[in-house]
Amino acid sequence: MRDVAIIGFAQTPHVRRQPHLNEVEMLMPVLEEVRAAAKVTKDDIGFTVSGSTDYLAGVGFSFVMTLDGVGPWPPIQESHVEMDGAFALYEAWVKLQLGDVDCALIYGYGKSSPGPIHEVMSRQLDPYNVAPLWPDQISLAAMQARVGLEGKAFTEEQMAEVASRSRRNALDNPNAQLRWDRSVEEILAEEPIVDPLRRSDCPPISDGAAAVIIAAGDVARDHCERPAWIRGIDHRIDPMALGLRDLGESPSARLAGEKAGVGAGGFDIAELHAPFTHQELILRAALGLGDEVAVNPSGGALAANPVMATGLVRFGEAAQRIIDGTAGRAVAHCTSGPCLQQNLVAVLEGEN
Amino acid sequence: MTDDPHGDVLTAPLTIEYPFKRTTGPVVGAFLTALREGFLVGIKGSDGRVLVPPTEYDPMTGEDLTEVVEVGPAGTVTTWAWVRHPGSKAPVDRPFAWALIRPDGADTALLGAVDAGAIGSMATGMKVEPVWAEEREGSITDITCWTAVAG
Amino acid sequence: MTEILLPARLQDVEAVRSVRTPASIQYSYTPGQASSRYLKGIAQRKIIGARVEPGAKVYVPPRGADPQLGKPTTEQVEVGDRGTLVSFCVVNVSFHGGTQEIPYTTGNILLDGSDQPIMHLIQECPVDQVRIGMRLEAVWVDDADLGPTMESIRWFRPLDEPDLDVHIPGEDRPLWLDSEEFNQ
Repeated sequence: MRDVAIIGFAQTPHVRRQPHLNEVEMLMPVLEEVRAAAKVTKDDIGFTVSGSTDYLAGVGFSFVMTLDGVGPWPPIQESHVEMDGAFALYEAWVKLQLGDVDCALIYGYGKSSPGPIHEVMSRQLDPYNVAPLWPDQISLAAMQARVGLEGKAFTEEQMAEVASRSRRNALDNPNAQLRWDRSVEEILAEEPIVDPLRRSDCPPISDGAAAVIIAAGDVARDHCERPAWIRGIDHRIDPMALGLRDLGESPSARLAGEKAGVGAGGFDIAELHAPFTHQELILRAALGLGDEVAVNPSGGALAANPVMATGLVRFGEAAQRIIDGTAGRAVAHCTSGPCLQQNLVAVLEGEN
Repeated sequence: MTDDPHGDVLTAPLTIEYPFKRTTGPVVGAFLTALREGFLVGIKGSDGRVLVPPTEYDPMTGEDLTEVVEVGPAGTVTTWAWVRHPGSKAPVDRPFAWALIRPDGADTALLGAVDAGAIGSMATGMKVEPVWAEEREGSITDITCWTAVAG
Repeated sequence: MTEILLPARLQDVEAVRSVRTPASIQYSYTPGQASSRYLKGIAQRKIIGARVEPGAKVYVPPRGADPQLGKPTTEQVEVGDRGTLVSFCVVNVSFHGGTQEIPYTTGNILLDGSDQPIMHLIQECPVDQVRIGMRLEAVWVDDADLGPTMESIRWFRPLDEPDLDVHIPGEDRPLWLDSEEFNQ
């Protein structure tokens, strides 16, 4: 295995609506910023890979247009995943393991504002037996929350604590969208929107983008004083049919965590991609993270949820704290699909 | 296109349509055929569990599955979510529950909308039965919704 | 294929083999700043491209980025509504939504001052006389019908000017698979 590290991260401020810019216009400042952060030029980058979905803004092959933002001519080595940018990072990590490329640019972006996000996301479900019913993400997550609540895996108070802490942490994050200080009691006093979920249990709808640069070995050391080394990374998936799964737990997150080396512990922080409050609780249990680990110091997906970039932001936020020396060891996580169906887990670490 | 009142960009309404016609294969086809005929089927997994909706392969072992069996149509709610404000594409036009429903004789659950009238009428473990569309064509929407089994 | 065992009630009925799953989603589309400027220009009979800086390539229509430099195209450049045909095809089949009588010609037209050809209809010229290098001009709709849409240009028609030598992309920079440069 080659040593590979995250050496730069940049993101847009995440907002409810970014009506003035198309996707490439939204993305370009982030690309410039991430190259500056990692002290690399366009010519240093041997592989470029992005994560997005055309369904969000309803523009077919929009990922080809955003590619103009990286300067793809003369032809570059490039790839795209119809997944969160964190899965693009996973592909880039594999590419660097092959040995012929030393530095890769990864970006993810999502403009959810042009379309009805809940209708759009239902298109990823089983096309025969589920998608024709148009169930929304909040309802699917609410059914998952009920399994956990009635199974006594967690309580509404614990969910409200996640909601409260996430938005309070976001007060220190200028890029976050939902930043507020409300108590558990205030949150529990809210009427549910889709029982048992309250509005505060749900993520905001966001427009935004993020980019990360990874590099191998000495290239990483040359460009970054304290690279965030990827010590382990693994991706697992649960069955597609919701009725086949025990929604109260996440076997794929547990297994991915085991394979990535989460069991060794010693983490200062964890950036978990949990769009709904109860999903953080399910993930903490699956990954075996104790109270000593600060979860989502950035505010997490509950404070900003640019679909297709939210997971990459988790990787970037975790890595940035290692790069700037405020954390030594971190868990980074990304999910995809309904109710935590797919899970990508990485262990990041700085060198002393 | 019209001017954006808040800035210097244009906006325009855009409708994207996906008029797909999908091939079902024999297993999904059997499930949809049964819906058209007004009943439910599942398939026996390699460990003998009955999976609904049926899959072509065992989701745990990957083995081909072949034995389609009748289940339900009544079933048990295994979890649910109460929708207070149904959207325009919701299957029920008043507050209702999305639920996972395990048909009698099956070991897994399928997604359905339960028209229970009020949240107080919903409970995990309640018995429900499908309400069949009058004209059925072999689609999951042949079940318009589910309702509580009387008594 | 594996034999599927069906319960008795399914054995004598016509099997479902396909299902229609139509989906329609409504969006509010925003083309962004660069394309908005371009479309607003069209509504005033102006064709406005964009470039990164003087000397950089002029893109029409602009999307906001220069794919060669990977930088934002922040400078607006008005280009001509006359140009040179760099490629074309003769369409002999009707496409869904098409309103043109067939056969007709669709051309790639490099407008004067632009570095990126646009695609548009070529009319007022028999299809067998269309050729690479011919000079063309835009035929705009009446003032009252002008709007921020490419339909403000009805089509392009021949100009009474000598043909130009057309630069074929790649001819001075052969990126063929067996070229030395490509295999470096």
